[in-house]
Order: sequence, then structure tokens, then C-alpha cells
Amino acid sequence: MQKFILMTSAAAVAVAMSAGTAAARDQIRIVGSSTVFPFTTAVAERLGQSGQFQTPVVESTGTGGGMKLFCGGVGESHPDFTNASRPIKDGELEECKANGVTPIEIKVGFDGIVLSNSKGGEQVDLTKEQIFAALAKNVVVDGEVVANPHTNWSDIDEGLPNTKIEVLGPPPTSGTRDAFVELVMEEACPEAIEEADGCTEIREDGAFVEAGENDNLIVQKLEANADAYGIFGFSFLDQNADKLQGASIGGVEPTFDNIASGDYGVSRSLFIYAKKEHVGAIPGMEEFIKEYTSEAAWGPEGYLADKGLIPLPEADRTSQRDNAVALKGMGS
Amino acid sequence: MTDTTPTEAGSTSLHTNDAAKARLKARYAAERRFKWMGAGAVALSGLFLVILLSTIVTQALPAFRMNYVTLPLDLSAEQVDMENLSATNFSGIVNDAIMGQFPSVEGRQEQRALRGLVSTGAPTLLRKALESGEVEAGDTRQVALPLDDFSDLYLKGLVAKDGGREALAAAPQIVATDGAAEITFSDRSVVELAREAGAIEEDGVLRLTSGASSLLLQADGRIVKLLEVQAADGGATATGNVLLSDAPQVSDEAAIRIVETPESQRKFTDREIVWVDSLTAQGLTESRWNEIFLFSGASREPEMAGIWGAVVGSALTMLVTLALAFPIGVAAAIYLEEFAPKNRLTAIIEVNINNLAAVPSIVFGLLGLAVFINWFSFPRSAPLAGGFVLALMTLPTIIIASRAALRAVPPSIREAALGIGASKVQTVFHHVLPLAMPGILTGTIIGMAQALGETAPLLMIGMVAFIVDVPGGFTSPATVLPVQIFMWADFPEPAFQQKTSAAILILLGFLVLMNAIAVVLRKRFERRW
Repeated sequence: MQKFILMTSAAAVAVAMSAGTAAARDQIRIVGSSTVFPFTTAVAERLGQSGQFQTPVVESTGTGGGMKLFCGGVGESHPDFTNASRPIKDGELEECKANGVTPIEIKVGFDGIVLSNSKGGEQVDLTKEQIFAALAKNVVVDGEVVANPHTNWSDIDEGLPNTKIEVLGPPPTSGTRDAFVELVMEEACPEAIEEADGCTEIREDGAFVEAGENDNLIVQKLEANADAYGIFGFSFLDQNADKLQGASIGGVEPTFDNIASGDYGVSRSLFIYAKKEHVGAIPGMEEFIKEYTSEAAWGPEGYLADKGLIPLPEADRTSQRDNAVALKGMGS
Repeated sequence: MTDTTPTEAGSTSLHTNDAAKARLKARYAAERRFKWMGAGAVALSGLFLVILLSTIVTQALPAFRMNYVTLPLDLSAEQVDMENLSATNFSGIVNDAIMGQFPSVEGRQEQRALRGLVSTGAPTLLRKALESGEVEAGDTRQVALPLDDFSDLYLKGLVAKDGGREALAAAPQIVATDGAAEITFSDRSVVELAREAGAIEEDGVLRLTSGASSLLLQADGRIVKLLEVQAADGGATATGNVLLSDAPQVSDEAAIRIVETPESQRKFTDREIVWVDSLTAQGLTESRWNEIFLFSGASREPEMAGIWGAVVGSALTMLVTLALAFPIGVAAAIYLEEFAPKNRLTAIIEVNINNLAAVPSIVFGLLGLAVFINWFSFPRSAPLAGGFVLALMTLPTIIIASRAALRAVPPSIREAALGIGASKVQTVFHHVLPLAMPGILTGTIIGMAQALGETAPLLMIGMVAFIVDVPGGFTSPATVLPVQIFMWADFPEPAFQQKTSAAILILLGFLVLMNAIAVVLRKRFERRW
């Protein structure tokens, strides 16, 4: 008995001692957006497979959280890259600068945001105005701002199916929600509402259901309910093409080609930011950037396209690659 | 009512009037109802447990097997330099091998799809096999390589519903030009098949549109996907796309293979089905026990993703947690129960420990982030930091359970020990603690099991991360089983759904194993006394 206690306490002491001796880092650390996470992890794995470097550790912290960690400073306790589903904000760039961090911005591709339903339901063609009319907290009826009265899609337009409006979407903390609000709600927002309460309010009477961050859950719920629609990134539609169909927005279907060409109106750019100060100190950073910006990765036929990343147009890819490989920092 | 009846043998009932009897009856009825409701509740929860487990198990089973394709690989000296393996183009070798199986496949898109049948992890596995000497270099070797996730799912029957195979009485005539084929059938059975497949009929022409099942005609060494079928004099004519023109294993007898799931409703094209079928017909594919899933680290490719990294991470984290929480928790319990003076200070401590046991786990995560990561600068994502955080979370549970166990030891033991001259410390360590140990261990098991399944606090300290390498120590980046499940559940690739369920089974297995070890330990201590 005493031996047992002695042994466990000895182990505890040993563990506590080993805390002080964290070895110098030879592994890239990446934080940031959960939207970019699936793509960055794929690149990280390829870098590891090359056998020259350890596979980078990629952490999904969200864009904002990632920026905070990334801009926190220089040194091996701070990450080397951050993923972002939006460009860096001015405030974040200032914080970076204040801590001696020079980010290298690389736009890696697009992400289409799709409104989709089960193959068992009707495929619809919506305009941004119709989506706004279905989901906004307040809408304009007969020149007056009123609380959204629409219960069925056919209340908005006779041509739409006579089913209850039920849309499953991400919560306000999500980057996808931000992008959806910016690209659909704010664009289709009538002036009267902009003056009244801004355009970002989504109705809370049950027509819009916050389904959490897990998009697979939304996919399952759509399968179970043919009348419901879901909002998520293109990669989930792509991978679940057997179960789901995307709604056209403004007459354009959410397909790989339409998003890549910019015809599909609801897409946003995805970024990664590299820490210039760490290049050279942390092994493999340049190779990681090269791998990410190679045609084999982010090109139209690359492996990231298989994962659902929509590639940039060729000219953009070339200029982004040149900047990235030259390690051109922001504001330098 | 004049007569009284004994209700039980040998005793005379006290309940002599009707009202009393009715009350008694009602009481018995209530008791019976309660008993039934209780049994019902147990049965209901048992039913739910069975449903839950059977769903997980049926979902998980496919993940424990995996399909491989055996390909002749050119590992001659020109291709492979054993001295300098990193210069070898392993992807090229694998690609050439799969392309060599179907030399007639042309066009960038098609060749790309063909290469996609084999897992992107195959080149790495090949390199490792060469390094370890499992595969020897030189000439052409038959090597089994893992298939891609969708090919694997297809062979497991999870992508497309198989509609069977209809043999044709007579071989049709096929005239093929540039991938398009004109087919003449000598009977009309194909028209019926097209109707059943859901073809749309217009002016006597049956069009197999995107909503119809796929009809794949195998004849004359070719495989043709039928597009339009029309009844003609004494037979039928059809047009189609040639999917494979040099199918070596197509049997001489003409047949139509039906794939019930329409092509538009699956992420696996007819062409890919034809390729995989052809490989299977040649006996090149093989289903094996999925070693990759059990013994490798995480991966972004479902077919290459394994659980081992998370298992090791969990084990390391639990070790740290146990090494910290058990001695500290038991020591605290002993002091508080046996030695501490009963005053206001100890009362406050006691209340706080009880409160801490109910604090949501994420709060411990925040504390760990502030104290261990930011202040002591422990490495992020490491089992060390995770173990410390989980130890904090487990401590109150262990302390409370240990104190209860110590309190349950009868005072006579203490008094007897003190009576024969033992000191207070001797009394506690030689007599009370060993008696309380089974109870303490039970508390520890409960605490550890809770810690093993915990995800939320680890989120804050960076253990929700994509880590491919299996952790080598307490400070190397790691993830744990519940976090791995959490991440896999979020990936879009359908093959990860089975992996998620399989990982849940592994976690449950881990839990059962832990409990078993603890039960054995507990029993041994019990026997000593």
C-alpha cells in the first residue's frame, strides 16, 4: 500500500519536473478558422508525407481566436500560421505590428455558401431578396417595416413551393453566418430596414433554426425533413451530392465551376497568414507555403479542390504565389 | 360483515372493516404500480441503451475492414534508389501501376479519376514498406495498396445499391466509334429493363436520364452505359457510352448490370464502378482487417485516418491526471477527515470542494489556459497541460469519495489501534486507509472515467487540433479520443461517419478496460484485509 502511494507521488513529481523542459520547436503550428481547417490540414499532411519535416499541428480556433494567438508575438510559443475565412481586420493588423509580427497574406481560394435541401424536396431558384424576405427579422410590407409575417415560401412568391419556411443555419459566432449575412442579407436589404435596425437581424420565431457548428448534423436533419433548407459551405454539398441539392441563387446553381468563375453570388475568400519573423527559425515554413500555393494543391485539379476548396482564377493564383514565395509581408 | 378472514396464514387481520380493507387494497395496488413503473423505467432505459449501442455498432462495423487492391509495381533500380528513397517518385510508380491496368483510358479527367481509385496515402505506405524491408525493391512486385475512400465504400455496398445482373439470351452487336456505341439486340428484354430502371419514354424512345438507374451492358469485351433504348423489328436498338473497351475479365456471356442508385445521386461515377468491378473480377481487390484505422495517426483522408495517435494521447493524459489527482486527492481527504481541526476554515474548504465538483468542466479549461499555458508556459496541445487540467477537474470527485470511504471505516478500528499504542499516523496509514482503499479506488475510477470522456476543457488548451504524428511524450502535441471523435464528426467526407462510430467503440472499450483494471486492483486490496 505504502509502496503504491510512494510510486504515484514519485510519478507526480517527475511529471511536474518535466514541464520545465519544453524542447525547442521543430514543428509548424497553425491556428485559426474552422472553414479553412480541412484544407490546411490536407496540405499539412502532404508536407509531413514528404518525409523531410514533421507534420504541422493545425488547431481549429476560429478566425478571431486564431488572429489573437497569431498576433500575440514572436517566438516559439506563438503559432506560425493562422487560417482566416475573412481578411485580417485593421485592428488585428495593428496588434500584430505592435507585437513585432509581420503577417504574409495569402488568399488561397473561395468558399461558396449554399442553401440546400434534400434530393427528396423541390429544387428551387431563389433571389437574394426572396431569401431576405424569408429570413430577416423585419421586412417591408406595403411600404411599412413590420415583423416578418411570412410563414410559407409561397407567401413570398407564388412560384415558390407552398411549404413552411424552415432554414437550418449556423449560430452568430460562426464565420459562415457572418459571410451569409454580409453576402445575402445586407445586399438584399431595403433602405427602410437599413435605417430602422440594420440588416443583420435574422428572425427568431422558429423559421430560422440555429443548428450549431456541426454541418453534418444539418445534413442529417435535411435528409429527415425534405421541406427544410440548410446553410453551409460548398464542401458539404459536394461531399453529400448523393443526398442534397443546392438552391440556385439569382438563377445560378452552386456548382464548382459557377463559384470558381464568380457567377455564383454567395462566395467569400479564404486566407492563410504566415508569420514572416518565423521563416528560417521554424523549419519547413517556406516549404509549407510552396506546397500550399502549388498547382498540385490549390489548382483546379489539385487535391484541395477534391476537398471542396474553390480555386482562385489563374492570374490571381500566380500573383498570390509570387507574393507568398517572395515572403512579401503586409505593410512592409 | 360479521366474519373476519385471515389475510395471511397464521395471523388475523387487523383490518376489520370495509374501508380499511379498501385502503389496504389501494396501498397494495400503489405498491404494485410503483414496482411495475420502476421495472418499466429500467426496461425503457435498457431499450434505449440497446438502440444506441446497436446503431453505433452497425455504423462502426464497416470501418474495421478495408479494401486493398493488389497492383504490379515497377520497383526496379531505375525507379527506386534504395540509398536515397526521398528522391523516388512513389506517386508516379503507383499511378503507372493503376494506369497499366486500364491502358485504354485516355483524357486528363478520366486518367485523374482512375488514379483517384487508389488512396493518396499509398505512396507513403509504399515508401514505409520499402524502408522496413516489408517489400523488397527490384523488378515488378505485387503489392497490396489501400483503395480510396469512395472505392472502399462502394465495395462495402455503401455508395450504390446493386440491382443485380440480367443475362441476355443472345449477344448484341456493338458498333463503337469514339466512345459512342450503337447496339443491336436480338430480343426485347432490354426494353423492359429500361422501363424498370425509370427511363423516360418519348415517341417510343426510352431515355435513361439522370434520375434513372444505370444499365451497364457487358458484351464483346466492352462495357457500355446505355443512354437510349428503342424497340425495333424483332429486337431492340440502343445507344450508349463505352466506359471500358478492353475489359479483360468481361465474361463471354452478355449481360446487363444494373446499378439501382442513379449516377447523379452518388459521388462515385459509373466509370469508377466499372473500373473497381473489373479489378474485383480479376481478383485484385481484397478486404482486410483495417490495421490502418487501429494503428496509425490521424489523417485528412478517411481511408488513412487512424485512432492510434488519440489512444496514445488519451493514455498519456490519463497517466498525468492519475499521477497528480490520486495522491493529492487522497492526501487531502486523509488530512481533512482524520487530522484537520474542525473549525470554520475547514468548513469553508469543505463547502468549496463540494462546489468545485459541480463546476462546469469548461471553467477548468479556462483556468488551465490562464495558469498552465499563459503563466507556466506549458506547451499547447500537450498531454501534460491536458493532464493537469483534467486533474484539477477530477480532484474534488476523488476527495469527496475518499472522505466518504474513510468515514465509513468503523471507529472501533481506530480505537483499537490507538489502544495498543499506535500513533495517529500509524493508525491512519496502517489500518484506516487500507480499509478505505476499495472505496477510494471506486471514487478514483468514477473521476478518471469522467476525465477520459471530457472534451470541453481540452478545447481551451489546444488539444482540439489536427495532429498526424503519434505523440512520443508528455510534451509533444497530442489529441485524445473524445476530441478525435468530435473532429471526425465534423468532417464532410461520408467515410468519416463510420470512423466516428468506430472511434466511439474504441473509447467505450478503453473505458471498460480502465474499469476492469480498477476492479481487479480493488478486489486485490479487498482480499488483503
